Amino acid sequence: MKWRLMKFYGVGLASGLAILAAVCAGATYAAAAGTSGVAGKMQYCQDCHGISGQGYRGYVPIPRLAGQQPDYLMNQLRAFVEGRRPNSIMSNVAHVLSPAMMHALTRSFSRLDPPPLGGAPRRYVARGRAIFQDGDPGANVAACAACHGPDAHGHGEIPRLAGQLYPYIVKALTNWSQERGRIPSKPDTSAIMEPVAHSLTRPQVEAVAAYLSTLR
Amino acid sequence: MKRIKLTIAVLAILASVAPSLAGELGHVDVRNCTWCHGPSAQGYAPAPRLAGQRYRYIVNQLRSFNAQRRDNPFSHIYMWPAAANLSPGAAHELAHYLSLLPPKAAGDGNPALVAMGRAIYQGGVPDSNVAACVACHGPHAQGVGEIPRLGGLSYSYLRARLAQWREGYDAGALHPMPHVASQLTPQEIAALASYLSFVQ
Repeated sequence: MKWRLMKFYGVGLASGLAILAAVCAGATYAAAAGTSGVAGKMQYCQDCHGISGQGYRGYVPIPRLAGQQPDYLMNQLRAFVEGRRPNSIMSNVAHVLSPAMMHALTRSFSRLDPPPLGGAPRRYVARGRAIFQDGDPGANVAACAACHGPDAHGHGEIPRLAGQLYPYIVKALTNWSQERGRIPSKPDTSAIMEPVAHSLTRPQVEAVAAYLSTLR
Repeated sequence: MKRIKLTIAVLAILASVAPSLAGELGHVDVRNCTWCHGPSAQGYAPAPRLAGQRYRYIVNQLRSFNAQRRDNPFSHIYMWPAAANLSPGAAHELAHYLSLLPPKAAGDGNPALVAMGRAIYQGGVPDSNVAACVACHGPHAQGVGEIPRLGGLSYSYLRARLAQWREGYDAGALHPMPHVASQLTPQEIAALASYLSFVQ
């Protein structure tokens, strides 16, 4: 019992020191990053979107932002604020961002280049490549590469799709009209995708998503 | 000291009344778990409820106790030795068994803090860079894969667990919890723990 008590107090002392060390470290961290600075806000984004912006499979798929086109990200952040893209979590996040902060964050994410998260069913990849590069003329589906680029890196407000999470692309394409362009008086670029998203069958959506999720 | 004596007394009583569940598992003796986590794994403060917890989460936590990465004082005293001799096969078997037990909500939080806790859970605290819990833990705090179920865990466990990260423990936990939890104030932690303790 004596030994147990000593051990208990030993642990207590060690944990006391650990707390002290952590508090000191925490104070330094708070001073360096701050909660309002770009670094603090960037870490906040990374909490969900991944340390290198590679995306994360939470309860919902959280998209990759790394290497994303800054103009696309700006447009999406404004869409969350304006309600064109209804999403209660991202609406909360975007509402407190100043335009300058939005610019700083979108530029920071566009410069990141981690490998894709992976995990998509490999057997669909070849089929997805064919749809992405050539479309499906019989079903009125244009080649995705025409707008998103043959490397799927996007341009301006047209997003990069390379390396995007498989479940995120599947969700976006299947719910397109519920998730985008919801303010008819404020039409945006999401209207371009609407007919395409509607024309794609579920197996085609899964194939394209699987292909894109493998691209660097 | 009084508290420790009381804990030991409670554990001893539990050990004597806990029905043996060992027969339901191949070679893992669940009785050792029931001493602290309760006969139907519903938990006793500070030992969390394990019933209905996510399989992969349990496996990961057992691994982190085994590797002595989850390092708060209670983990050190109780879970390090408990996980020390658990083979990977036994850990998987145990996790599978526990994940299938039906969980009950502890409901021991402060009802006055529930609304605040729900707001933080669903929307985060954007001004102080606290991410919304719901994105990863799900609309009913049920968890998924390696992300734990939080709904219905006890107030005392949740509060202690969320405070630990700010205190510097379990720093090697899966991103992003060490950072998210270190952004929370004690009042926000109490609110979250209260809300979650009532979630079925």
